[in-house]
Amino acid sequence: MDVMPKWAEVVLVPLISLLLAAILSALVILGIGEDPVAAVTLMVDGALGSTYGWGYTLYYATNFMFTGLAVAVAFHARLFNIGGEGQAMLGGLGVAIACLYVPWPHWSLALIAATISAGIFGAAWAALPAWLQAKRGSHIVITTIMFNFIAAAVLNYMLVTAMRPEGAMDPATERFAPAMHLPTLHELLAPLGIEFSKAAPANISLLVALAACVLVWVLIWRTRLGYEIRAYGHSENGARYAGISPVRITMIAMLISGGLAGMMAINNVMGEAERLVLNATEGAGFIGIAVALMGRSHPFGVFLASILFGFLYQGGAELALWTNIPRELIVVIQALVILFTGALDNMVRLPLERLFLALRRPTTTPQGK
Amino acid sequence: MDFLTIVQVLDSTIRLSTPLLLACLAGLFSERAGIFDIGLEGKMLAAAFFSAAVAAVTGSVWLGLAAGTLASLVLSALHGLASITFRGNQLISGVAINFLASGITVLIAQDWFSQGGRTPSLMGGARFEGLEFPFAIGPSDAEAAGSTVSQLIADAGPVQQVYSELLSGHSVLVYLAFLAVPASWWVLYRTRFGLRLRAVGENPAAVDTAGVSVVGLRFAAVAICGVLCGIAGAYLATALQAGFVKEMTAGRGYIALAALIFAKWRPWHAMFACVLFGFLQAIALRYQAVRLGDFTIPVQVMDALPYILVVVILAGLVGKATPPRAGGEPYVKER
Repeated sequence: MDVMPKWAEVVLVPLISLLLAAILSALVILGIGEDPVAAVTLMVDGALGSTYGWGYTLYYATNFMFTGLAVAVAFHARLFNIGGEGQAMLGGLGVAIACLYVPWPHWSLALIAATISAGIFGAAWAALPAWLQAKRGSHIVITTIMFNFIAAAVLNYMLVTAMRPEGAMDPATERFAPAMHLPTLHELLAPLGIEFSKAAPANISLLVALAACVLVWVLIWRTRLGYEIRAYGHSENGARYAGISPVRITMIAMLISGGLAGMMAINNVMGEAERLVLNATEGAGFIGIAVALMGRSHPFGVFLASILFGFLYQGGAELALWTNIPRELIVVIQALVILFTGALDNMVRLPLERLFLALRRPTTTPQGK
Repeated sequence: MDFLTIVQVLDSTIRLSTPLLLACLAGLFSERAGIFDIGLEGKMLAAAFFSAAVAAVTGSVWLGLAAGTLASLVLSALHGLASITFRGNQLISGVAINFLASGITVLIAQDWFSQGGRTPSLMGGARFEGLEFPFAIGPSDAEAAGSTVSQLIADAGPVQQVYSELLSGHSVLVYLAFLAVPASWWVLYRTRFGLRLRAVGENPAAVDTAGVSVVGLRFAAVAICGVLCGIAGAYLATALQAGFVKEMTAGRGYIALAALIFAKWRPWHAMFACVLFGFLQAIALRYQAVRLGDFTIPVQVMDALPYILVVVILAGLVGKATPPRAGGEPYVKER
């Protein structure tokens, strides 16, 4: 039974949730003695006021598209993958191995290889939790959290011991060869006569992320596998009765999810840092949860939510630079978005449903009589 | 490894398992009533910050404990609102609470103290001091003998070493945590409230039919969870360490959850599980790199060991862990 029209479901509910999160965030800013209006102005100016700001906004958005899609795909199979962070860390390892140990002649080949390698590493990191969930019923939320911690230790070991160039002090790999340099938006847009900031890190990975959005849409809504994933997510018993194997769907959904999270590394490791450093993911794996919830697990929604969080991230960095508001404000906003769009969904939805029912009653009752 | 070293490792095992144990019992009450709670981490973190902040400002550790518990209770109420009143997804609510705590503690710490997201170091009455048992070697004996406590204990006999180092000298919260185990057992298995609480996690409809409020029981369980998490957080910031630092819970809430599953949602087993994880942390803390002949186990392996062990345990080496049957499911009264 559809109580609400579709537009209200898809647009109104998320917007009201977002508004509530924004109001509370403003109260938090007020609470620490800063001016919310000035803060928002500064954020908009810093994130969207110049091509430099846009370059960072889109760079962060690229990360969040990958991790958001990763969480979204798992959500469709009713699996909650909190391990995006660890999978993205391992993806970084995959990118570093592909870029450091093979002398690719051209960046395009390197990009393809790095994407595949990152995807495989990310998927491999999701494989064991998936298998444990499918075969042994170990709760995937707990196992993926544990794998985040283990991933941090693995990365730490690799960077401190195995992959650090000799004589270097900081735990990081050496710089990738110049041939691996991915074209930035500045280099991509210059032939078209469009001026774009040289310093901003947004790069061709953005196009890969957009392609991933389209491919995930095709997968979920236009293929048999996507249908099976959604069917399993809606009703495990129903899916099993229809001959869909829970083990197979759990494994496939999680491998795709882990792969997508891992592919984030082509943006932050290959596109931006051009070497693998500690904490390269900067919490993007967790923001994927907020992005997927906000975007209702739909690739287009994930795309929009990624842009929004890219804006928040870049705006938050500007705030931290120019005011006394620390970057952690973004974590608070992220928490509020998860809270309102995810956990307190009914708080927004139920009054709205009641409202729409009340609006509908006068027209339907006379016809019924 | 001599006897004293073993005693010392066990001593830090007790210190390190205390926050795990309190958080684990917190999760036990909540999950037994059918409310999954992965927000233990966030509640502990919020409690750690507010207890340290209030203790630093007022100089009273007890006011700090009260403030920390209150902060944890507020987050519990939020979790209850989301998962009981509005029947939202309990896992998502827990994740939100963890992020909320992780962000807001640093935000407020920076605003209040401007020390890069930490509180000032706590001293004197702003910290929980160790309780000294009668006849145990403590700071007063050391002063009288003109020596240090560790020196005196090293010279003492094995019985005195165990008594002074292992049993005596912990803060009151440590003893409280271990006493909470039989207390939880008694409440859950020997009182009417406990019976109803367990029933509401298995079959809320039956409890509802008997005329007992499902919502009320679940809120009560979530509140108990909040209080215990609050104590756990306050212990971290005001007893185990002297002050709050960013992300100081360091995944303890998740380890407590894993211990809960390992213990199959039973209080005594929860204690053994938490002591085991505490022991692992104590080993990792003491031996940064363990040497086995020519082969050195890297420090990163030691750091990751508790998490690896959790996965191994969850993989079913302990048999099948069956959660409370109605866990994670919001209760919808039939109309």
